[in-house]
Amino acid sequence: MTKKNETTEATEPSDATGATEERETRPVGLGVVGWLRWGWRTLTSMRTALILLFLFALGSVPGSIYPQRSVDPGRVARYFQNSPTEAEWLDRFWMFDVFTSPWFAAIYLLLFLSLAGCVFPRVVVHFKELRKKPPAAPRNLRRLPQNAAFDGDLTVEEAAARLRRDRFRVVTGPDWVAAEKGYLRETGNLLFHVSLLALLFAVGAGALFGYRGNVLVVEGEGFSNTVAAYDRFIPGQQVSAESLEPFSFTVQDFQATYIASGEKRGQPLDYSATLSVQDTPTSGPRDVELKVNEPLDVNGTLTYLIGHGYAPTFKVVDGKGNTAFEGPVPCLAGDQMTYTSECVIKVPDAQPDQLGFLVRFLPSTVPNGKAWVSVFPGAANPTVQIFPFSGDLGLKSGQPQSVYQLDTKSLKPLGKMSAQPTPLNVGDTKELADGAGTIQFTGVKEWISLQMAYDPGRLPALIAAALAVIGLVLSLTVQRRRVWVRMKGRQVTVGGLTRTEGGGASFAEEFAEIVTKLRGATPSGPSEHPQPEDRSEDVSAPDREPVSPSTRSSEE
Amino acid sequence: MPPAQVNEGLATLSDQLILVTVLLYLAAMIAYALELAFGRARTAVAPAKSRRLVAVGAGADSSAPAEPADEDAGPATTVPPAGWAIKSGAVAVAVSWLGWATNLGGILTRGIAVDRWPWGNMYEFVVALCFASVTVFLILLTRQPIRFLGAFVTVAAALGLGFAVLFLHVQAGPVMPALNSYWIAIHVTAAVIAGGLFLVSGVSAALYLVRNDGRLSVLPSKEQLDRIAHRAIVIAFPIWTFAVIAGALWADRAWGRYWGWDPKEVWSFITWIAYAAYLHARATAGWRGKAAMIVSLVAFGCLLFNLVGVNIFFSGLHSYADVPK
Repeated sequence: MTKKNETTEATEPSDATGATEERETRPVGLGVVGWLRWGWRTLTSMRTALILLFLFALGSVPGSIYPQRSVDPGRVARYFQNSPTEAEWLDRFWMFDVFTSPWFAAIYLLLFLSLAGCVFPRVVVHFKELRKKPPAAPRNLRRLPQNAAFDGDLTVEEAAARLRRDRFRVVTGPDWVAAEKGYLRETGNLLFHVSLLALLFAVGAGALFGYRGNVLVVEGEGFSNTVAAYDRFIPGQQVSAESLEPFSFTVQDFQATYIASGEKRGQPLDYSATLSVQDTPTSGPRDVELKVNEPLDVNGTLTYLIGHGYAPTFKVVDGKGNTAFEGPVPCLAGDQMTYTSECVIKVPDAQPDQLGFLVRFLPSTVPNGKAWVSVFPGAANPTVQIFPFSGDLGLKSGQPQSVYQLDTKSLKPLGKMSAQPTPLNVGDTKELADGAGTIQFTGVKEWISLQMAYDPGRLPALIAAALAVIGLVLSLTVQRRRVWVRMKGRQVTVGGLTRTEGGGASFAEEFAEIVTKLRGATPSGPSEHPQPEDRSEDVSAPDREPVSPSTRSSEE
Repeated sequence: MPPAQVNEGLATLSDQLILVTVLLYLAAMIAYALELAFGRARTAVAPAKSRRLVAVGAGADSSAPAEPADEDAGPATTVPPAGWAIKSGAVAVAVSWLGWATNLGGILTRGIAVDRWPWGNMYEFVVALCFASVTVFLILLTRQPIRFLGAFVTVAAALGLGFAVLFLHVQAGPVMPALNSYWIAIHVTAAVIAGGLFLVSGVSAALYLVRNDGRLSVLPSKEQLDRIAHRAIVIAFPIWTFAVIAGALWADRAWGRYWGWDPKEVWSFITWIAYAAYLHARATAGWRGKAAMIVSLVAFGCLLFNLVGVNIFFSGLHSYADVPK
């Protein structure tokens, strides 16, 4: 947790300020090496790390204010439509790609460099420290923040054994014992910071070697995991098309359930899709139930259910009597509470003219004056309202078109256009004007949208995060502490010191226990009450922890 | 299959219990404030003996096991506080425990009424958060003489509950399918506990900045405030870290990625960094004390914005937290 100043603490406990190393003076005329050294020192200083931490947090703020391309590209496009000039300027500063922007990368790379530059030298120091012996006992133990004295026949060996039993590291002298424990604090601290570095690498590896993709599949249709099958595919730089896990599945059924009545009527309760999955092209199919919090896992490639909608099926017969279109048409819901959805049918094969239809799908239709509305997201009474057009759909122009949009400007409306045409029930057929043919509403299917994700960094990231938490807990709870015992004739003095700032109170308790145990080791047994009274009088001495008497007594 | 049935009677009872809780917290707040104003010897930094007396006064009835020797030491030097005011402090503690119980009852009845974890929307979350902060305070109170915090914690909890009842309340009901996971028990519970601890530290930090060490004050010393704030954060920070990681694990199950810079994720990350900055600042020369306290308050602001503001101002994946429009 703490950087430079604890380094100083670790080497010399009496120095609490830790400011010595940070008062780097600027080198004058030291040449390139001097400047580099100064730069490195500055970068790895605590102050720089703090400033970088602040910048890191501050830099993420715009990522929550402005829509991000990686999260919601549609909203970014709308931003560009609504205020183009502003959007252009924002885009110049990567405000729509904050988390992949060069300046954001600069902040976190500098931060992690600073972290590495601080942590790795400390790993070396700590490794040496782990094998060092506790320092010899100071002359006057009564001047330590924690101290006690009693009479007894405690020998050096007995005291050392007692302390060893408490898992202290012990060194003995002719008439003294020095003991230290709590090395796990620094171990945890270093583990935490190294784990953060590992986490960064895991995330980076996941982005390089993983991929994500989206696809929309209608009930009864299938998907096989190839790049071409995706509606949108976002590969990492190191992903090749051949490396995709070769599984496939058919969507057999999708069920959405909703609350039927009350204030929350129409709120979804559960989504469930039944897939028939083949893990490899040669393996037999298995049925899998796909739910919102239960993705399908095929060897580390996960398939998530992330959206759903209706896909009414139609049959279009053109003016010449040929079936020009037959099948489901995915509709997008405008309103989640009624699932009133809209879609487009494009029939380029129709003769003599191409046909296009705007369709409004109402899952639970009720008449409302001269109009019809949907009152529930479930398909209780599904109908469609159809707006037919004829003319050139413009598909040959080579311009990419959205399957959910029909450019009606260049098309001729067929018949009289009304805002609320009479809805068709399942099985109904509508005769098109001008002998252009017929359209039949043949049934209702549902579609699901799926996200596939392969991220080899997931597990390493999880392990790194778990280690970071363990390290964090160790570094925040364990205290580095030293205990010394001196014997002079029958008089035993015990002194204790915690090397952790702010840890005085809990160490006081532990110290009292240690003293009791040491007294227990003497054959003479407990004599008089040595502890709390002693301490409160003796607080003026220590320089480590300025704990006042009042806080002491309140803490006990 | 999640249940669609809601026990309306229990749901109504829950709403009423929460209203009672608001009143109890307000009553406790008044009682704490009375004690704070009249029931404590005023303290300043210099004379050690009078400060010693504070510890005695605060610990006299319930909390700190003050040693008998201490009680003899003090009274000669300062005027003892009014007896009724000290009683007012004891009443305050009793009333806050009562409020705590009705708060718990409100949460439990709501949970039973809808047969799921009772923190599935913004209203329930804020209620749980207030409960957590009062719980943290009451637990700390059994171990340390921090009754002076009572007025501030209970008023924060009462305001939070009032805000939830007035602006966030939605009828008890089942949650969206995405929230229907055991992760809600892990992720949201951890966030609630950390939030309660952060609130206590935030109150201490605010008092720290208000406290003027040179003058007489009913508040304890800056050192003590600093220590309470620090200790609460030291406990809360790993829990918050865990909450964020659990959120990432849940996101990995539900949304197909463990981290995607959704506004809620961004702000929990900012909050995490801000508290990490506090821990570093407190251990750095030149930042210790006031500067570190300000950092912790900034972090607390980030936390509040993350828990409440993000759901109101931004649209994101966490927006199904069901804030009434």
